[in-house]
Amino acid sequence: MGVALPTSLHFENFITVVERGKLVQSFANSLLYATGATLLSTIMAALAAYVLSRNRTPLNRFIYFFIVMGIAMPLNFFTLTKVMQVTHLINTQLGMIILYAATQIPFNVFLIYGFVDAIPRELDEAAIIDGCSPVRLFVSIIFPLLTPVIVTAGLLSFVGIWSDFLLPLYYLNNSAYWPMTLAVYNFFGQFQQDWNLVSADIVLTVLPVLVIYLLGQRFILSGLTSGAVKG
Amino acid sequence: MKNKVYPRYFMLGALILYITFVVLPGFMGIAYSFTDWNSYSSEVNFIGFDNFRTIFSNGENYLRFIFNTLSFSVWTITLKTIIALFLAVLLNYGVHRFAHLYRTIIYLPVVLPTIAVGLIFRSILNPRSGILNEFFRSVGLGALALPWLVDPKIAMASIIGVDTWKGVGYIMVILLAGLQTIPKDYYEAADIDGASSVARFWYITLPLLVPALTVVTVLNLLYGLRVFDIVYVLTGGGPGYATDVVSTVVLDEFSKGRYGVGTALSTVMFVFMTVVGFFIVRRLTRDPVEA
Repeated sequence: MGVALPTSLHFENFITVVERGKLVQSFANSLLYATGATLLSTIMAALAAYVLSRNRTPLNRFIYFFIVMGIAMPLNFFTLTKVMQVTHLINTQLGMIILYAATQIPFNVFLIYGFVDAIPRELDEAAIIDGCSPVRLFVSIIFPLLTPVIVTAGLLSFVGIWSDFLLPLYYLNNSAYWPMTLAVYNFFGQFQQDWNLVSADIVLTVLPVLVIYLLGQRFILSGLTSGAVKG
Repeated sequence: MKNKVYPRYFMLGALILYITFVVLPGFMGIAYSFTDWNSYSSEVNFIGFDNFRTIFSNGENYLRFIFNTLSFSVWTITLKTIIALFLAVLLNYGVHRFAHLYRTIIYLPVVLPTIAVGLIFRSILNPRSGILNEFFRSVGLGALALPWLVDPKIAMASIIGVDTWKGVGYIMVILLAGLQTIPKDYYEAADIDGASSVARFWYITLPLLVPALTVVTVLNLLYGLRVFDIVYVLTGGGPGYATDVVSTVVLDEFSKGRYGVGTALSTVMFVFMTVVGFFIVRRLTRDPVEA
């Protein structure tokens, strides 16, 4: 492989790669895991962050502390395997979605918690006086107002899950369930010599998250800093 | 009354997910660390601290990976912070026209799947046919065409280099935000007093950046201790055991079915990082004016 530029362009490489590398299937899987887990995790985190932030009893402050510590906690893959087996989630797509969602909870709660304060409590009070139930208060009033931070948390989660390699490596033996990260690594293992094909595979793997990033980078970059700097 | 408006059951979803899949396995692991759990027999016996002895004293190989993990962490923390700080200062005080564009570009590698980035660098750093060495040879700098990922002595440095490239954007963005919270008045006052740029940086910028630098160091540390993808895809922990880190060793034990030893190692990490996490979160949530 020299440093010279290529002399001809072979766009059919991409088609070859899609077929041989089972990219349609792995793309669908990546999309499934990232979207499913992001939705599940941001909604659950929003619900939790909301009540924890509004009602700061000592117990709730402890629970918040407990959850946020999860950002630092590493997973124990061995015992987690046992848990996945007992819940019959191992080697399943649903299992991956739930597992990913669980790993995103601490950071999402942290991110959303800070934002809840920006919503005036008077809104809550007004709604209660008008006879609003807690659920309705959250769904109709709070949640829509949380949209910016939920979008941010969602984008960060989505991008992180899409790129993840370790969890499917441990918990998905069935190659039909593999996301793009695992598929491209496997493809590389098979087609090492055909670097042109591997490159095409890599491009296709990277493309979706690149698009999401370019579209949502304002949110991603602002969300990172609001959580991290104000601390 | 507040408990009714903000009912605790809202938290159930998040708590169940979090406890079942993150907390519970971590604590279960503590118990299993003291057993001879493996994939060959269904018996699990208590064996005391044997697993820990295996980890910490079984020849040179076992301590190598701990050294690698710490070395990786220290190096990436230092390099990423310094380079990111430099870039952030440049973007905040120097370049103004396309600052947003540069920020987007610099942050870009962060979102790319590590596996993809790793595979590309694996090719670039190939000693014989990789673009880097080919380039060096073609401009007469053949002496620089080193066996990047193949030589045990250089491999770790190569991995650190690639990871720094990939991660510096993340750190820069946070430091940039930190820089933007520094009031301009301080700099104006310093200018009036005739301070040099070095003095401005040392006495104003740096001290006011301490919170952001703390956050950044913590994030880098947490990442460094857990690093997996980049090491696995660049060298798989090799050559031999030269670039093994904690996470690759854990995977290795998992594949070999030595669950007891693997869990013990995971538990050491779990306890250590949870304790670190405890102090960090306490610091973060102590302020009466919370984020």
